Amino acid sequence: MNDLLWLIPALPFLGSIILILAGTRLSKKSVPLIGVGSVGVSALITLLIGYDFISSDTPPVIKQVLWNWIDVAGFSPSIALHLDSLSLVFIFVITFIGFLIHVYSSEFMVDDDGYARFFAYLNLFVGSMLILVLADNLLLLYFGWEGVGLCSYLLIGFWYQEEKNGYAARKAFIMTRVGDTAMAIGLFMIFKTFGTLNITDIQLQAPVMWEIGATEGTIIAFLLLGGAVGKSAQLPLQTWLPDAMAGPSPVSALIHAATMVTAGVYLITRMHVVFELAPTAQFVVGVIGSVTLLIAGFSALTQYDLKRVLAYSTISQLGYMFLALGVGAWSAAIFHFMIHAFFKALLFLAAGAVIMALHHEHDMFKMGGLRKKLPVIYWTFLIGAASLAALPLITAGFFSKDQILWLAWAGEKGNVWFFLVALSGAFITAVYTFRMVFLTFFGEEKSHVTHIPGSFINIPLIILAILSTLAGFIELPHSFGHFQLFTNFLNPLLPATTLQSEIESTEWMIQVSAAALSIGGTLLAYYLYVKRPSLHAQFKSAVPQLHNFLLHGWRFDSLYDWVFVKPFVYLAAINKNDFVDWPYNALVNVASFIHRMFAFTQSGILRWYLIGVVLGAILILTLGLML
Amino acid sequence: MILSGFILSFMIGGILAWMAALKNLVLARWISLITVCFNLFIVIILWVQHLQGDESQSAWILDFSLPWIPRFGIGFHLALDGLSLLMLLLTFFLGALSVLISWKEIQHQVGLYHFCLLWVLAGITGVFLAMDLFLFFFFWEVMLIPMFFLIIIWGHENSRYAAFKFFIFTQASGLLMLVAILGLYFVHANQTGTFTFDYFQLLGADIPSGAAMWLMLGFLAAFIVKLPVIPFHTWLPDAHSQAPTAGSLILAGLLLKTGAYGLLRFIVPLFRDQAVAIAPWAMAIGVFGIIYGAILAFSQTDLKRLVAYTSVSHMGFIMLGVFSFNMIATQGVVMQMITHGISTGALFILAGIIYERIHTRDITRMGGFWKSMPFLGTCGLIFAMASLGLPGLGNFVAEFLVLVGAWQATHKLTIIATIGLVAATIYSLRILQKVFYGNQSATHGLADLSFREKLVMIVLVVSLIWLGLFPQPVLNTSRPSVNVILETTASSDENGTRNPKIITIKQKRYTHE
Repeated sequence: MNDLLWLIPALPFLGSIILILAGTRLSKKSVPLIGVGSVGVSALITLLIGYDFISSDTPPVIKQVLWNWIDVAGFSPSIALHLDSLSLVFIFVITFIGFLIHVYSSEFMVDDDGYARFFAYLNLFVGSMLILVLADNLLLLYFGWEGVGLCSYLLIGFWYQEEKNGYAARKAFIMTRVGDTAMAIGLFMIFKTFGTLNITDIQLQAPVMWEIGATEGTIIAFLLLGGAVGKSAQLPLQTWLPDAMAGPSPVSALIHAATMVTAGVYLITRMHVVFELAPTAQFVVGVIGSVTLLIAGFSALTQYDLKRVLAYSTISQLGYMFLALGVGAWSAAIFHFMIHAFFKALLFLAAGAVIMALHHEHDMFKMGGLRKKLPVIYWTFLIGAASLAALPLITAGFFSKDQILWLAWAGEKGNVWFFLVALSGAFITAVYTFRMVFLTFFGEEKSHVTHIPGSFINIPLIILAILSTLAGFIELPHSFGHFQLFTNFLNPLLPATTLQSEIESTEWMIQVSAAALSIGGTLLAYYLYVKRPSLHAQFKSAVPQLHNFLLHGWRFDSLYDWVFVKPFVYLAAINKNDFVDWPYNALVNVASFIHRMFAFTQSGILRWYLIGVVLGAILILTLGLML
Repeated sequence: MILSGFILSFMIGGILAWMAALKNLVLARWISLITVCFNLFIVIILWVQHLQGDESQSAWILDFSLPWIPRFGIGFHLALDGLSLLMLLLTFFLGALSVLISWKEIQHQVGLYHFCLLWVLAGITGVFLAMDLFLFFFFWEVMLIPMFFLIIIWGHENSRYAAFKFFIFTQASGLLMLVAILGLYFVHANQTGTFTFDYFQLLGADIPSGAAMWLMLGFLAAFIVKLPVIPFHTWLPDAHSQAPTAGSLILAGLLLKTGAYGLLRFIVPLFRDQAVAIAPWAMAIGVFGIIYGAILAFSQTDLKRLVAYTSVSHMGFIMLGVFSFNMIATQGVVMQMITHGISTGALFILAGIIYERIHTRDITRMGGFWKSMPFLGTCGLIFAMASLGLPGLGNFVAEFLVLVGAWQATHKLTIIATIGLVAATIYSLRILQKVFYGNQSATHGLADLSFREKLVMIVLVVSLIWLGLFPQPVLNTSRPSVNVILETTASSDENGTRNPKIITIKQKRYTHE
């Protein structure tokens, strides 16, 4: 069974190749058969391997070397897969949620001209993402890393005829590539230090090579963080994600919520040994996470576009994961990744269904009253929203976020600031989440429903809604039950977080305050957007600058525009004709000028020649006399 | 014998094609296609045999030597090692494509065209094989003159200017090389009493360091103008954009590579100390070229000119790699020579295909071509991705190896070169956006590719992916040659990295067996 591991990424790649080659010639029926089928079989194999994996007593590590990629003078990364509990969680999420989103897309995209192209890109994405998390060395990981970046670019710009989609796509690719450059330099350093890019070897050698806080280790950790920050849309490279919403909704669900954007979280977790040896870098991870979660949370409060709220919310939730990584709560971060994948995919898919039902209306203020018209969407969206807002006890989001809050407070590397930020983030999350719910589904109907989603859209939503609720119960906090299936599953691989020594039994207080804040946030949203809808408009007109500032994501775009984009474009524009060519042209001009001068003397007029001869003779005679 | 056969067959094939064109144009095309394909076939067989054979002691696979002008020590000496073998593969591969791509494009003077094309290929083949410096210079000129005619006769609107510029730049720098060759010849004769142009004998020359620096600069001039390196690159955008498609393909794919080949074959082994001495400058200028070329590429509106500047950018990696003096970087350089030849050639072919349909190279007048030409769009996507160094395609292997190797030599410059990858992303995506995305701009009917064009594209795409996923056969082929070039027999550590300072002390000469 374990020998089938290679099929998991290979099948989506194969599906993609078939769809690219045969694309337009396939019928509307056979496209999803290949596109959805390939990921479906991958998911099935994942379940089988996962079953084997869990049922064996000692969690095995499956290695599969497919072929030697490059072998030059000791630089010898191979195309090799490595499956352990961490990658198992990831491939489960990727294939399973990927499959659901593929099913959804088979209905969602059916009327699009690029139906086959869409599935080709989507399959390519799933394959690359699987390579990323299964890679046994960093170069192969980088392969997947860039591959998903390409697919993200292709899918954001899927509707290529719109100029602005192309812009958003390029922005995403270029900004993540900035982070990737840092990561690539990190790989050069790692190779120079360890003589290998194999992840297991690095993990074994790093503690021997470096003591805690060693400069080299810290620089490498920062460079890897650069890559992670780009892919996971964290400060300062977060601005591409809101624009990435130009892509079709299933793309936002799969790539920009559930999987690709968590690649940074995966990378840091995978290289946690390096980060543990570099406390400064790890602390910065936490700081970036906490600042990002606040910044994005505030921006989410002001958005009009339903998908942009979700985008900022994704940035914010990724901030939570980074915060968790920063305090060394490795398994808590991965747990939140999984739960977030469930509910955020659900929210995006439901939002896509809403937008489709309203004939491409994105503005929440033009929606409303959809509760009755779209009951399935409403209920599933509500469940997802509850999970995002972490409503206590009944939602999975509560359990995953609670763990992060607790460890930000009680973990050895945690501190009161991290905790307070996370706590206030919880409140903001609840407010913007339910703002979204109330604006979209409550109140009076403002737009007409033109399209009722069918079962290929509804069924994935229902499955994800169930997961967003039940998945939380596999990991219960100390205060009730202390049932830690997930942490135990990851434990030998990811060390448990050490707690501060004197902290005891405050966990229930934290849970209560978090619960109170998320309920409070929900109620505030209810008050502002259902009870007294005039209030938020008043606020908006009272401080328009602040509102616009938040609406435009704290104006990071303008800043980057001025600092990077404009100078680059200006520099390129003034030198379009390549000033290096000037000296050469000058040489040519001088030569032809002299040529013209001499040509002028050869006029064919005898008088001039005679004068020349006479003048020459006089000159020579004068010289002869003088010397 | 096979080696001279390659060159002779091109020369004879060229004359035959010219004569055949008097009667039948299609026949002329077929003659040149068959000539190139036959040679390609032979060299593939040679390669497969070489890969199957055990790793022999000598890096040299074939050797062919005849006295030519014995009085002056000039021999007709050709030899083939792994590096030359790869270069021949590339030459014949791109040669075949350039015949195919000219099939419809060239309609006047067809016979002369194929004559020039095949003679350029003959010259390039000779450059990659000649192991006699006089012969090398001879072939260096042979490839120049037919290329000049290719540009001037079949080029675009401003082809006279471009052709003369190309000719003068190359000729002037070639002259410096000739002086350096003669200098080396006399220095060697002074020391040993034998007058010879033979590469292997000259390798043993013990040149006084003052003279060596000047001689090295003479060689270097020719190679860095061909490569090209900033500030000697300005012939390239003009020549590339004005040449016919096959001309651009050969210029970018092959002629630039003769510069890189020269660096590896002559500069590094003949003048090691001097090369080490100028290495920081050479690397810096290469890295500057990476960034400078990328920024210029971004601002161009002429598609072929844009691609030409990307070549300037990519060739910076060659300078960076060659002057890092280690196995990883040098192997990266060899990969870069091949993959850049293919990917940039592919972009020129793409520009040519578009030009045939809309008769402009101006990207501001393009847009939305994906809709009518999805096949070309998919290929263009892959070539653009190759150009920005996406893993899975050959260029990634090349550039990553160069960078990993260069990191052992210099940190700062490697960092700047890596930032060049972002710049590459910016201009590559701009190509895609302007040509294939956006609203459809051209109103005339754009036919997607014909069978012949599809064939060319598929071959290019497959070879790029193959090089990206399975680069090892190529790397294995070049390893012995690179070993010889770097002399990494004793003084390398396990990473194959060496401190250039050590080389200068432990310098050993090797002799030809």
